[in-house]
Amino acid sequence: MVKTEIKLKGLTLKNPVMTASGTFGYGEEYADFVDLSELGGIIVKGTTLHHREGNPYPRMAETPMGMLNCVGLQNKGVDYFIETIYPRIRHFETNVLVNVSGSNIDDYVTAAAKIDALEDIPAIELNVSCPNVKQGGMAFGVTCSGIEQVVKAVREVYHKHLMVKLSPNVTNIAEIALAAEAAGADSVSLINTLLGMAIDSETRKPILSMVTGGLSGACVKPVALRMVWQVAKAVKIPVIGLGGISSATDAIEFLLAGASAIQIGTANFIDPAISGKVAKGIVEYCERQGVKDVNELIGGLVLS
Amino acid sequence: MKQIIDFQIIEKQSFQRAALLKLKSSTPLPEIRGGQFVNVRVDGCDKAYLRRPISIHDVDYQKNTIDLLIQEKHEGTKTLCALPEGAKVNVVLPLGNGFTMPEKDDNILLIGGGIGIAPLLYFAKTIRAGVHFLLGGRTQSDLMLLDRFRNEGDVFITTNDGSMGEKGFVTDHSLWNTMKINKIYACGPMPMMKAVAKVAREKGIWCEVSLENQMACGIGACLCCVENTKEGNLCVCKEGPVFNIERLLW
Repeated sequence: MVKTEIKLKGLTLKNPVMTASGTFGYGEEYADFVDLSELGGIIVKGTTLHHREGNPYPRMAETPMGMLNCVGLQNKGVDYFIETIYPRIRHFETNVLVNVSGSNIDDYVTAAAKIDALEDIPAIELNVSCPNVKQGGMAFGVTCSGIEQVVKAVREVYHKHLMVKLSPNVTNIAEIALAAEAAGADSVSLINTLLGMAIDSETRKPILSMVTGGLSGACVKPVALRMVWQVAKAVKIPVIGLGGISSATDAIEFLLAGASAIQIGTANFIDPAISGKVAKGIVEYCERQGVKDVNELIGGLVLS
Repeated sequence: MKQIIDFQIIEKQSFQRAALLKLKSSTPLPEIRGGQFVNVRVDGCDKAYLRRPISIHDVDYQKNTIDLLIQEKHEGTKTLCALPEGAKVNVVLPLGNGFTMPEKDDNILLIGGGIGIAPLLYFAKTIRAGVHFLLGGRTQSDLMLLDRFRNEGDVFITTNDGSMGEKGFVTDHSLWNTMKINKIYACGPMPMMKAVAKVAREKGIWCEVSLENQMACGIGACLCCVENTKEGNLCVCKEGPVFNIERLLW
């Protein structure tokens, strides 16, 4: 039996596989395809203090081995989540994390405090890296002072595991991760989407309603892997790796680069059952390689 | 319940810019409503990373087959249309809400434009009552598989160039002056559906349309394919693809 449990501060994952916010709905959408109890956790849709309609259609452009989106955090607000969605999903046999976003620090703090009170939500993922909203979002995540401010403020009101999701749209992601750590983050997850753009040459117009959007999918994996490796070397808190993971071997690569757990995002769209397959595939890899505990893989990159 | 099934193409018919694929499953099919769609993985095309949503043209529960009528639009659908008999096709189904079933004594008009004719056949079969089809194309070759439709009801045709049926758009057809209709179901290009919705509103006829916004997940998770409605942005893949025109802003 391969031991797959991953222990983070105040958060125990039965295995390192989670699903990324914005790609897995509230878990219910995938219940026909995946046994949620076989996952380490699910991170539900980005939630803000107030209802957000998101950006106009078109919100998506397909790219080589990936896609751009500019959804813009459409959600019905944290109170709706607590009253309507939380009761339906709180008893899933996996960790249910909420991704929290905001357009100013007060909004982040108020939403995080409300979720702190929910017994069956063991952690939040603080989204300081959404590239598709005019205010807040990525603006906090691209400077050390911005991330320090928001993480520090949320840390004061949030008492459980605080994961901070980092933007790749920065010069030095390790510095940003260190700032999040210093401000009280319990872990960092990376990467959020890479800012990109698509143009229709026939109409000479941008394809996305917001002109730019976030790139995700298999095409971003090498960038994500590099950033996870850089951040894992820099910080002492656990790193959660994501960005283009589409198979168990992809997941293993992130663990070797230093991630303590991983998230599956866009790949859920191509194979709605992929998250369960990755969890099984990691065990198969360990059996084949004679690895008794998945924790042995974390940071196990052989450099010479 | 939604499933992911590896189908095999057991029959194929090619048209000018479309193909009819008969897909067989080795396991029993889930229950499928008229107007629902499937999300098809496109293997072997580096320009198609995401699945392609395709409406369900026909279903045979005895033989475990579904028919997909696919129009070649871009690289992804071209790859699907080029698949040979015997090829495997990975499909997520059934998706979306489907059309609302009519009442027994409704006078029903099913309007299809171009490839939008596809979902109307299976829906007509599930109704199990006489229906009228009004099918429109730019030209004769756009109108495929008419015998299949004639088996299920009266077929009226318009073409923009007059090469078949009455010349003009579906909303120009003479049946609008003579036929008593109290329910319209429409699927086709956006300008056609907008024109149909306008006629339905003017005449006070109940009307549902099936939309085709660009999708990523197909199951209501990514929120990419939204239509701005009176209730705000709704996922076409999950809340739709079928909407009563009273919910829409056009």
